[in-house]
Amino acid sequence: MSEQVMAATPTAVLAADGTPLKQRLQKTLRRRKLIAAGLVLPLGAFVFVTFLFPIFLMLFRSVENPIIHDNMPQTVAALELWDGKDVPEEAAFAALVRDMVTARQAKTIGRVATRMNFEMSGVRSVITSSARKAKKMEAPFKDALIKANPMWGERDIWVTFKRLGNNYTATQYLAAVDMRYDSDNNIVRQEEDRQIYVTIFGRTLWISLAVSLLCLVLGYPVAYLLATLPAKYSNLLMIMVLLPFWTSLLVRTTSWIVLLQTNGVINELLVWAHIVGDDNRLQMMYNQTGTVIAMTHILLPFMILPLFSVMKTIPPSYMRAALSMGANPVRAFVKVYAPQTVPGIGAGSLLVFILSVGYYITPALVGGRTGQMISNFIAFHMQKSLNWGLAAALGGLLLVGVMILYWAYTKIVGVDNMKLG
Amino acid sequence: MKKSLLLTSIAAVGLFAASTVSAANLTVVSWGGGYTKSQVEAYHKPWEAMGGKKINSEDYNGGLAEVKAQVESGKVIWDLVDVELSDAVRGCDEGLLEEIDPSILPAGDDGTAATDDFIEGTLVDCGVASIVWSTVFAYDKTKFTGNAPKTMADFFNVKDFPGKRGLRKGPKANLEMALMADGVAPADVYGILATKAGVARALAKLDSIKDITVWWETGAQPAQMLADGEVAMTTAYNGRIFGAQVTENKPFEIVWDGQVWDLDLWVIPKGAPNKEDALKFIAFSTDTKRNADQARWISYGPVRKSAAPLVGKHAEAGVDMKPHMPTAPANFKNALQNDFAFWADHQDELNEKFSAWLAK
Repeated sequence: MSEQVMAATPTAVLAADGTPLKQRLQKTLRRRKLIAAGLVLPLGAFVFVTFLFPIFLMLFRSVENPIIHDNMPQTVAALELWDGKDVPEEAAFAALVRDMVTARQAKTIGRVATRMNFEMSGVRSVITSSARKAKKMEAPFKDALIKANPMWGERDIWVTFKRLGNNYTATQYLAAVDMRYDSDNNIVRQEEDRQIYVTIFGRTLWISLAVSLLCLVLGYPVAYLLATLPAKYSNLLMIMVLLPFWTSLLVRTTSWIVLLQTNGVINELLVWAHIVGDDNRLQMMYNQTGTVIAMTHILLPFMILPLFSVMKTIPPSYMRAALSMGANPVRAFVKVYAPQTVPGIGAGSLLVFILSVGYYITPALVGGRTGQMISNFIAFHMQKSLNWGLAAALGGLLLVGVMILYWAYTKIVGVDNMKLG
Repeated sequence: MKKSLLLTSIAAVGLFAASTVSAANLTVVSWGGGYTKSQVEAYHKPWEAMGGKKINSEDYNGGLAEVKAQVESGKVIWDLVDVELSDAVRGCDEGLLEEIDPSILPAGDDGTAATDDFIEGTLVDCGVASIVWSTVFAYDKTKFTGNAPKTMADFFNVKDFPGKRGLRKGPKANLEMALMADGVAPADVYGILATKAGVARALAKLDSIKDITVWWETGAQPAQMLADGEVAMTTAYNGRIFGAQVTENKPFEIVWDGQVWDLDLWVIPKGAPNKEDALKFIAFSTDTKRNADQARWISYGPVRKSAAPLVGKHAEAGVDMKPHMPTAPANFKNALQNDFAFWADHQDELNEKFSAWLAK
């Protein structure tokens, strides 16, 4: 290395101040890079603070499990010595009573009870009512607790306590795929009448695929017209595509309710035209059909715009050339035109698919019973059941799913083969 | 280091802005629509008129999510929230709400001490009840010209009473109503529902109308669905149906048989910026006069015994409000109180079972 430098030095070009030109150049370039980085820094920090960091926090919540560990420290410690067979010794009962007294004073017993209740239905009142009596309990605490509630004399509640005593847990992810730990800490499937999330994940995938496909079928001809019509017409068409795009999502969804409901515009027209009977009005709303129709309409611009931007760059002469060389219009389209639009198809489909996988408000309003998607359940656990850990796990799975699909997409189509407008 | 400094200062500025805004006004959060209007007319206006802190009224959709988020992040903006009983108890247990000493409440007009004047069970550690409301079912009179539904069982009787149904999307009240329609007496409902077979029985009853049911989520939806003809009968909060009957002259009829009644309470999120004023507002808004006045705007019953005889006519329509109260003797014959302790215990499991049933 040093030999090379030595050898190069005599011939190196020098700048005005005597330093080698190469060095000067590097210095200047480095400064420019720093300035560029400095300009990007605010945006980077903004993205980190408002986007990446919250996502990380949320994902962390799906495995973090501090409630029992922090609020019932003595019980957790006592249970570490327990072999898990039969009911624990008196020491664990005594520790539990002490923890309950402190937790009740600190008003955290409700959190402990809620956390336990997520895993073991009905245990909430057992814990809160026992904690209410804990202050007056006397040794032997085992008898006292079992007298307060016979459930303390069973192994199950202690197994759950011990499992949730860990600061980190996989229970939320298991719950998110309809699995659970049984009382021997084996992973088993959730009871059949409580299995729900796998079905909903499957449905989310299916609805998203259907919406993407419908958007492609409907959007392709529109994009083609936009790209090929004379400006006079294509501008008008563009406005018709963009106008709904600029309209509020809620307004568009509500308009669909007006159109599709049982006594809505479409059904009234059909009945008036004697196409369907008054008693057999079509149910197009509050089910999967409603979700697919409304979402397709709302997401259509996300398909049309990338397609349009790709089609705009395809010279019309290619098609003319193909036709003049004897291909029939279908063949010319399939062999010459369509392959050139693949980047637009890819971008549009991916955009629509990813947006629809996380769709929330439209399914909530028009989805009824069968049109609900996974986001609706995430929202439910955020807002109603307050099981933020499960909401985070469901969100985490959704994120991983989208990333896998994106990865598969880049493998099959290639990320360069995508044009986002 | 620099970044974290920037972060802290951004957070500090945000916090400062939030606290100056919220400290100036008393932020009172309720369910919106006709219900909030009744509170504005009966509580907020007289409160401000007698020199109370200016009220900033906000709407929400129930639940403890926002309260939890505010308390956990340490940036509490809400001073008072109108919640259901189960949330008042749960929030209290989890340390999300301030405790309220009932001694701040004034005695009733007739001199009865507050603790005796409030109906039993309406004062809890962290909450003071203001109204009794009820989930009932209502139908469109024009759809049933001959034989009209009269009992809870009729709601599930598709043969004699055809037409689509509306139900709230959630297990609460639906499971109870299904069991009552299946012949269970109100007193036995929760005992049966605590068993696996009981839940299966309730869901099986709901199965009979599952395919013709439209599911609603917000209180305003059922009346709208009835008005649109989307459903022939639907469960709803009684005040919303009353609002449509009286102020919009809709041909709706409430069936009180098998009603599931509940309470709404005032609670104060832990660390609320105007706790003292919030306490004063609670004492003011739940006194006998205000409690009775509220019932002049919407058909939710007062929780003070001394207020019940004072319930008069609707402020705008002039209808006598007494027969429209969930607690009116004629309406209260076959009624069930929502058991908050049962729901606190079983809601996670039942929500799952209900969602699984719904998705099938």
